[in-house]
Amino acid sequence: MQITLNINGQDKKMDVEPRTLLAHAIRDAGLTGTHIGCDSSSCGVCTVLLDGNIPVKSCTMFAVSAEGHPITTVEGLAGSNLHPIQQAFHDQHGLQCGYCTPGMMLSSVALLERNPNPSEDEIRFALSGNLCRCTGYQNIVKAVQQAAQAMNQPAGAAADD
Amino acid sequence: MAIESPNLEPKGIQGLGKAIKRKEDSRFIVGKGNYLDDINLPGMMHMALVHSPYAHAKINGIDSSEALKVPGVKAVITSKELAGAGLAWVPTLAGDKQMVLADGKVLYQWQEVAAVFADTRQAAADGAAAVQVDYEPLQAVVDPYKATDADAPVLREDIKDKMEGAHGPRRHNNHIWTWDVGSKDETDQALASSEIRVKQHMVYPRSHPAPLEPCGCIGDMSKATGRLTVYMTSQAPHAIRTVLSLVTGIPENNIRVISPDIGGGFGNKVPVYPGYVCAIVGSIVLGVPVKWVETRTENLTTTGFARDFHMDIEIGATKEGKVTAMKVYTLADHGAFDAAADPSKYPAGLFSICTGSYDFPKAYAEVDAVYTNKAPGGVAYRCSFRVTEASYLIERSMDVLAHELKMDPAELRIKNFIQPAQFPYPSALGWTYDSGDYEKTLKVALDKLGYEELRKEQAEKRAKGELMGIGISTFTEIVGAGPSKDFDILGLKMFDGAEIRVHPSGSAIVRAGTRHQGQGHETTWAQIVSEELGLDVDKIIVEEGDTDTAPYGLGTYASRSTPVAGGAMALGARRIREKAKKIAAHLLEVGEADVEWADKKFSVKGVPGKSVTMSQVAFAAYTNLPQGMEPGLETTYYYDPPNLTFPNGAYVCVVDVDKGTGEVKVRRFVAIDDCGTIINPMIVEGQVHGGLTEGFAMAFMQEIAFDAEGNNLSSNFTDYLLPTSLETPKWETGHTVTPSPHHPIGAKGVGESPTVGSPAAFVNAVVDALAHLGVRHLDMPVTREKVWKVLRGAGIDAF
Amino acid sequence: MIPGAFDYHRPSSVEEAVALMGQYGLEARILAGGQSLIPAMRYRLAQPAVLVDINKLPNLAYLSEENGMLRVGALVRDTDVEFHQDIQSRYHLIADVSQVVADPIVRYRGTVVGSLCHNDPSGDWAATAIAARAQMVIRGQGGERTEAIDDFIVDSFTTSIQEGEMAVEARFPVPNTRTSGAYEKIERKVGDYATAAAAVQLELAQDGTIKEIGIGVTAVALKALRVAEGEKLLRGQKPTRDLIRAAAEEAAKIADPNPDARGSKEYKKDMARVLVGRGLVKALGRLGVKI
Repeated sequence: MQITLNINGQDKKMDVEPRTLLAHAIRDAGLTGTHIGCDSSSCGVCTVLLDGNIPVKSCTMFAVSAEGHPITTVEGLAGSNLHPIQQAFHDQHGLQCGYCTPGMMLSSVALLERNPNPSEDEIRFALSGNLCRCTGYQNIVKAVQQAAQAMNQPAGAAADD
Repeated sequence: MAIESPNLEPKGIQGLGKAIKRKEDSRFIVGKGNYLDDINLPGMMHMALVHSPYAHAKINGIDSSEALKVPGVKAVITSKELAGAGLAWVPTLAGDKQMVLADGKVLYQWQEVAAVFADTRQAAADGAAAVQVDYEPLQAVVDPYKATDADAPVLREDIKDKMEGAHGPRRHNNHIWTWDVGSKDETDQALASSEIRVKQHMVYPRSHPAPLEPCGCIGDMSKATGRLTVYMTSQAPHAIRTVLSLVTGIPENNIRVISPDIGGGFGNKVPVYPGYVCAIVGSIVLGVPVKWVETRTENLTTTGFARDFHMDIEIGATKEGKVTAMKVYTLADHGAFDAAADPSKYPAGLFSICTGSYDFPKAYAEVDAVYTNKAPGGVAYRCSFRVTEASYLIERSMDVLAHELKMDPAELRIKNFIQPAQFPYPSALGWTYDSGDYEKTLKVALDKLGYEELRKEQAEKRAKGELMGIGISTFTEIVGAGPSKDFDILGLKMFDGAEIRVHPSGSAIVRAGTRHQGQGHETTWAQIVSEELGLDVDKIIVEEGDTDTAPYGLGTYASRSTPVAGGAMALGARRIREKAKKIAAHLLEVGEADVEWADKKFSVKGVPGKSVTMSQVAFAAYTNLPQGMEPGLETTYYYDPPNLTFPNGAYVCVVDVDKGTGEVKVRRFVAIDDCGTIINPMIVEGQVHGGLTEGFAMAFMQEIAFDAEGNNLSSNFTDYLLPTSLETPKWETGHTVTPSPHHPIGAKGVGESPTVGSPAAFVNAVVDALAHLGVRHLDMPVTREKVWKVLRGAGIDAF
Repeated sequence: MIPGAFDYHRPSSVEEAVALMGQYGLEARILAGGQSLIPAMRYRLAQPAVLVDINKLPNLAYLSEENGMLRVGALVRDTDVEFHQDIQSRYHLIADVSQVVADPIVRYRGTVVGSLCHNDPSGDWAATAIAARAQMVIRGQGGERTEAIDDFIVDSFTTSIQEGEMAVEARFPVPNTRTSGAYEKIERKVGDYATAAAAVQLELAQDGTIKEIGIGVTAVALKALRVAEGEKLLRGQKPTRDLIRAAAEEAAKIADPNPDARGSKEYKKDMARVLVGRGLVKALGRLGVKI
């Protein structure tokens, strides 16, 4: 069936079967930063944002159900500069193989929107739907803390540091 | 217009020891990594596999007719079609052979039975679901101890009654090999005369590396050029190219293996799997590229399991706690084919490192390998060829001995450590340890933890009926395989290559035969070259994974990249420096003997201020050469290490036990690693965090389990448990530095130390918490129920 | 893995949805959050011929108190409850459970009513609904009916919903200031099904006796169970450690779990006991009663 998905601000018309998973539809649209790592909704490497701030595992949703809900993928995070979460993952060595990183960053963005000053425990809690096999999570936690700090500074303050 | 030498002064030499941020991050954080499944080629078809629901069954027939009716399905192949191409069976890395698709029978649940090719991934999946297979179930062998029973069914009918195997005689149709090392008689004598003897049985359960990116492959046979390009999630692309050439008969120059970005490997992505072969055959037959990407279930049930060692140990000691001898018998469950990824000479890998950090005068180890109805593998899961099993065995056993002697486990270890003055230390089982200062490392760990205080707290808690435990592991690894005199895989010597090309403007490209999967080679290789050549680290780009461009090498696994390829990188750079020195002498207008390399530049001895940088030399190498010198500034260096390296560490773990549920909470974990020279401390710490998390997972969660019929009970992430951020403890890390005396930069490798060293620390801590209840050992994974059984057995209850 | 093909319907009203369910009968499944259904379809354990996607239905995402009941519409996601300040502060049992259902990302999509309708014997909401004495509102072509949770939960993966019906709402009694509760769950990791879990909700009378109490356990039988005998022991009594122990033992008595990788029968039975005990202690503690 013909559907239109709005991904990172762009309308993409696509022909999908009802059973097409959102993750596949996104990837087939050329946005391969959204990964797939399991079949049981366990790993979260396919996490994208719906409606700006709702993280969902895009392999546990049909593409047809996402019509009318703007989707943000990792490719849509950065503007002219890196998003603070991207900068923080880099600065804090919050990634190794990079496979979980897009989903992990998008879950982090959703957390920070809801809770701009999360404690370490709150970060660990909020990211526990996303698996990472490389980092042991410790530097991911640090990255989220750095991003929180950066995002809480008034606009422009970061540049004056 | 003549080109002028740009930027002569290096601005950013970031050599060894600098925690620079990773170069490779830039593409990953914006979603522009290029993993296998991200590659789509014109006209590409998709492949899906049909799997056996039975662990052991005869196949009476395969009916593909319904599958071929599914719109979009183009072909179905079975073993019969593969036989036509001579590919029904392929050699394993361990000297055995394995079926690509089931040939007459299946030998494990989920074994590949047929491959379906279709225009879309949906059609391929539908086609696979429509293939009808007529199975006749047979009795399955699940327990390795029963594999060699007189009445056990013969699993491998292809080698029935062929009693000479790749590693010596077989004593039963389900027996693969026996391997032993050390002196049995002398060990028996030493044990017989020991004042104290302890025995323990322990199992290192079957596990799976389970990287988050599953395995995958795109076969792309070009009819026009006759060239086969294979995109593959491979940790060892060069060896794969050679194997593919030997297996398919396609000349090696006509095969290009590209290993794109890899989403974690941990040993899972070393072997050749049936799915790869089928995708390649499919491409050859159909004339279009064919992609196969594993499902998570396929990953967990069919590719590269690890461990599954069933070990019995006996240790002798004096009453004072000085060890005298060790004897080990191990039964190794290899599944249906011996597809272990071990060096040829070492069918049980480097298991003979099992004397660990201790000065055992006598030792003997024997390993028997058997076939069972389980998936093949025996890969080195974040581990240098069975070091993990060996380290767990000795570190767990030292606590058993301490318990018997009623001695503090730290004290027992200190009493038996190989002393710094003993290096190079020849072990009773034949290794020559390079360096270490085990007592110092342990003391750093105990001080950081506050060991004495915690022991006091433990005693107070115990008096009140509360349960806490402290576990120690002071492990020694053996990595960096390996010296060509002893180490090869399928005959390929285990050296590694580095190619360094310095450009006229003072930048460089570095290529290696290794293939990183998150270890940070794009940064650390650049740091080594930056250190050795005095070039800006930002101007050095690193490439790996394309066999058309990279120098040969055996790949990245078993913590061998830094010890082997890292050596090649340093020595290659030094070879370039030798030539550069001649050019520098030319530029400085002095004889070569008057030039010295110091402070990252060439200077005239005794003449302060008269110097040239490597950038200037590089420019001259293309613009202003001494008469008669070959132009350019590049080299390819193959490094054959003189010995292995022996990273070590001291890990200490503190746990609290919930008396109601048996839950174990890791309160603290201190890890002090000695990996010799540190290239990038940030990356080393990251490697340790990740490895500790996998060690934690092994100790408490991960297990590939089977029921009595051989059904795999851990076939997805709801049953094969990877820890999340919430279960994972916080890690406290640190290091001591005892460089390897034989490695060009003194580095030893670190990526696997934490997976190797930590499981024993976790289990030791739990056993320590329960020791006063009479517990001496618990097998991994230490589940709540195992602890609960101990507690209720001792009459302890709470809600 | 790829689900099998199906026909997809996206009704725009409950009436239309119910009509579709009537039309397709057992071949059709309702798609709400899909967090259990879609993985099952990917494994082809579930292969419905028709999916009726209710996500676009208007006015089903309400979460409001009315006539002494908290009304949870069929499209209320787990996170709507988890992030709802007022519910978190006043509904202790629901607050607890809302933080341990599946994993934090799955909760953004999964629905409370969907979980109750799926009725997995290891699900978290069923035991919660038992302890809280919830009701289900079910719409069919003939109209609407309300059912007590004990009648709604029939068997493993089976509810009282009939062909041509759908659940549109779950209702939980509004707690007063002397009501508290707790949800105690053991799971091997975040996102795992419960090894065992206990839901407890109780109301204290002015004199400190237990006026009303509900105890539910999950993952220890083919369906979530009410620990009625345990409730009986405590109702009207001043809570003591001995009474709590006795009530908790009733949970172990009725538990009849299947052994699996999460634990043996014995372990799960014992955990039902331990968790009911802990839930009671925690709920009372939240009312200032130390046991």
